[in-house]
Amino acid sequence: MTEYLIKHYDDLAEAALVHLQLVLLAMVCSLVLAAALTVVCSCSGKIAGIVTGLLAMIYSVPSLAMFALLIPLTGLGKTTAVIVLVIYNQYLLLQNFLAGLDSVDKGVTEAAAGMGMTNLQILIKIRLPLAREALAAGIRIALVSTVSIATIAASINAGGLGTILFDGLRTMNIPKIVWGSLASALLVILTDRVTRFISPHRGPA
Amino acid sequence: MRNLVILRLCGYNKTVSDSMWKGCVAMYQQIAEYFQTSSERWFSMLAGHIGLSAGALLPAIVIAVPAGFLCVRYARLNRPVTALFGTLRIIPSLAVLLLMLPVLGTGALPAMAALVLLAIPPILANTIAGLNGVPDFMLETAVSLGMTQEQVWWKIRFPLALPLIFAGVKTAAVEIIASATLAARIGAGGLGDLIFTGIGLFRTDLLLIGGGSVAVLSLLAGLLFGLLEKMCIRYKTI
Repeated sequence: MTEYLIKHYDDLAEAALVHLQLVLLAMVCSLVLAAALTVVCSCSGKIAGIVTGLLAMIYSVPSLAMFALLIPLTGLGKTTAVIVLVIYNQYLLLQNFLAGLDSVDKGVTEAAAGMGMTNLQILIKIRLPLAREALAAGIRIALVSTVSIATIAASINAGGLGTILFDGLRTMNIPKIVWGSLASALLVILTDRVTRFISPHRGPA
Repeated sequence: MRNLVILRLCGYNKTVSDSMWKGCVAMYQQIAEYFQTSSERWFSMLAGHIGLSAGALLPAIVIAVPAGFLCVRYARLNRPVTALFGTLRIIPSLAVLLLMLPVLGTGALPAMAALVLLAIPPILANTIAGLNGVPDFMLETAVSLGMTQEQVWWKIRFPLALPLIFAGVKTAAVEIIASATLAARIGAGGLGDLIFTGIGLFRTDLLLIGGGSVAVLSLLAGLLFGLLEKMCIRYKTI
């Protein structure tokens, strides 16, 4: 068991790096898209209802099926993986962003409007800073779930820690399977702990 | 005319759209042919998928709901148990499934064990939240009406917590159905077989059938448990 780790630790590290790269790319894209969607959704409740309903429906599609369904459209590889991860993230991010922005005290936003702030100013100067914790929580949840789902992206050749898992499975190499699973589990737990530590979150988790 | 110009600007091209249309028709024919020739196999895979999911969901409920009760009854247990299952929850389902492989071998049993582990956290968390969420004044009223502790649990706390517990079961069911697709990788059968075959053979029709079936299945499960949740909500007056 340990022999594999000593011999192939560089493989594991490299896969983890590719994994993180994939996650980072997906996170940046999803944050940009989610920010845009949040601005659009905060304009009208009707649009918000439709968009969140649609995203909830998409979210219930299993990730493997989603990866597989996009192959005919965008082919195998990283592009498809990032698209799927971004789509999944929209649901988590948008839900948390909208809830966070809504949770800002109405009295505060009314006072800001009374002082002559425009809607955009209220959003940027009042609601965003006050909703900071909720926004950070949403980003954290999305990040952890992205790291987790990205494992499955290896099934469509996007690289990452999942590759080691699938390779080990194909050759029935038990140490490879065990270390691959442990590494991917560890990566998620580490991401969760680190982000929990740095996010502006007060009180119990 | 103006529309045509806009379409051209968007990269619209008649021959391309024609070939896409032909592709769609061919895809539809392939899917129709699959259902004509091997609908029996599809039904058996569907049954396998549902059986696997149900077989994982039931033990998960049987474990998670009493565990949630214990966590609320003995508050000391709450933190370690929720921390343990919270960590279990974020571990990728693929990793949990594959870690079962060296322990339990291949087949439906290890898949079920892994899926049970995945399904426990949402049910447990919601059970705890539901039982703890019952307002204090209701419990006090119940006690002052002369109810015994046992009656308070069975007649007040559990009925009021039921909608939230069902919401947890819904989350778990959707998660299980999705992850059961991956279980095909360790030889548990189900609709995942179709998807992995589709990826392996590059057969788009199989991918569409497999992915679509799982998606519809998880949507249906979500609807079903959503309905159950709504039915329980009639107990809730606030």
